Amino acid sequence: MSDTFFSGAPHWTWFIIPYFFIGGLAGGAYFLAAILEWFGQPAHRPVIRTGYRVAAVGAILSGAFLTIDLGRPLRFWHMLFQSENFPAIMFKAWSPISFGAWAILLFGLFSVLSALGAMSEEGRLNNRALRAVGGVMQGRGVAKLVAALGGLLGFFVAGYTGVLLSVTNRPIWADSPWLGALFLVSGASTGAATLILLAPRRGATPQSLDWLSSFDRSALVVELLVLVLFLVSLGSVNRVWLSFWGLLLLVGVVGVGIAAPLRLHGNAARAAKLVLIGGFLLRVATMLASEGIERYHMTAGT
Amino acid sequence: MAEAMGFFTDTTICIGCKACEVACKNWNQLPAENGGVKKMSGDSYDNTQRLDGIHWRHVKFIEQFDGPYNGRWLMMSDVCKHCVQAGCLEVCPTGAIIRTAFDTVVIQSDVCNGCRACIAACPFGVIDVNPVAGTAQKCTLCYDRLEVGLEPACSKACPTDSIQFGSITELRARAQKRVDQLKAQGETRAQLYGDDPNGPLGGLNSFYLLVDKPEVYGLPVKPQLPSRNLAKSGTFSAASAAVLGLLALVGLRKQRMDDIGGGGASPN
Repeated sequence: MSDTFFSGAPHWTWFIIPYFFIGGLAGGAYFLAAILEWFGQPAHRPVIRTGYRVAAVGAILSGAFLTIDLGRPLRFWHMLFQSENFPAIMFKAWSPISFGAWAILLFGLFSVLSALGAMSEEGRLNNRALRAVGGVMQGRGVAKLVAALGGLLGFFVAGYTGVLLSVTNRPIWADSPWLGALFLVSGASTGAATLILLAPRRGATPQSLDWLSSFDRSALVVELLVLVLFLVSLGSVNRVWLSFWGLLLLVGVVGVGIAAPLRLHGNAARAAKLVLIGGFLLRVATMLASEGIERYHMTAGT
Repeated sequence: MAEAMGFFTDTTICIGCKACEVACKNWNQLPAENGGVKKMSGDSYDNTQRLDGIHWRHVKFIEQFDGPYNGRWLMMSDVCKHCVQAGCLEVCPTGAIIRTAFDTVVIQSDVCNGCRACIAACPFGVIDVNPVAGTAQKCTLCYDRLEVGLEPACSKACPTDSIQFGSITELRARAQKRVDQLKAQGETRAQLYGDDPNGPLGGLNSFYLLVDKPEVYGLPVKPQLPSRNLAKSGTFSAASAAVLGLLALVGLRKQRMDDIGGGGASPN
């Protein structure tokens, strides 16, 4: 039996699961927008603008979920600064929850800057100060620099959540080194799916949508591969899947979230919706399957 | 640093009286649960069931019976292990968890923001949230008592000296002597858990004498630090990010080549 079964559950449930999902999705959307910012054509601008806006909203929501989940939400800043020694920075390079807090803050900053640039491009900013920031962000050099840093941070935010789970002593999470990769790939696929659904409203061209759909299909294949590697690496711990969560993983994540969208070539929007459902269920299954296991002990009569 | 202090718990002389639990709750003013009405667990005499934010001591009862006349009770007063390499301290993002001058591990409740990373990081399932404070809490090895030269409340209350408090060096020597004594008496299963400074987590400053395998007592065989997974997990994530970046670029290039070739967008 894995030693992880003796640990206690951290009660990371209905605020953290949506946070992991939205954070991954936001990171993936920004990464794709950044790729297009650097290597795309002018026809891709609507997708880029959508990506930045999705990322900004997602990053703000992520921060909100993460803060609400704390036992003492007003002390959220203790993760960023030393509470007894302000303004000294609080940062541990070996603790994902520590460097992750900084990554979300910086990702939020970059994604909001990029979103302001996108809104300025669309002529939607009425506030003078915001218009000025948006104007600066429209400069190609600045936009590309921010996109590069924000894109890297986006993928970082998408992936660190899985790494955070692995850097514990909990069953499933700490029993495999593949959870970070799995969440990251899922972040990319759900990010692409969100853009497929939202970008047409901002005037995305069929060419851009084709690129997104084709990327999403590739990402789903990679996700399936990483999921298999994740399960193989779990070894004997896999018996935890002989439960409702195993069924959810098989039917919800693999069936609905990966296999069905791969078969739906003709209907990108429907496929994208299924990818989003699958991405959410992936977090539900991996989080709650572990949360349900606590402090193994032998009861009387066993 | 002052001398490392800690507990040696000899489970063979624990009588399951739970005086340690009461003394701990009393001294640390830990709240009752369920409005003070105790629920019966049906699991031997163990109604505490677990260590958490309001139970910093927990007496475990393990019944090993093979028929009505052949068996034994194992009893063990469980507590924070005050690991020399502590997983909780390693991951804590606020710096709330510190190592004291007594080489013990303490959570500062006024710094903790209740993120609960330490709960998942502890290999022993020691920590949980105190619902009154909203912060993660556990045994402090009575830091406040140690500071004024008193011994922790639990070991002070223990009527059989199953829980012994003292300097780790002295306790280790005493523990080894006790193991030798038990073995001489024929209890060949006697073994120390967490006494080895070169063992898992650099040794535990609250270590145990057991007479069965650690897992029988609900203890992990080889507790590890959470950071063991960081490099591998980070590398796999970075590699998958690189693969996805490449796929995105290949897709763009293919589209451009199709455009140049007059093929237009790929049919989907």
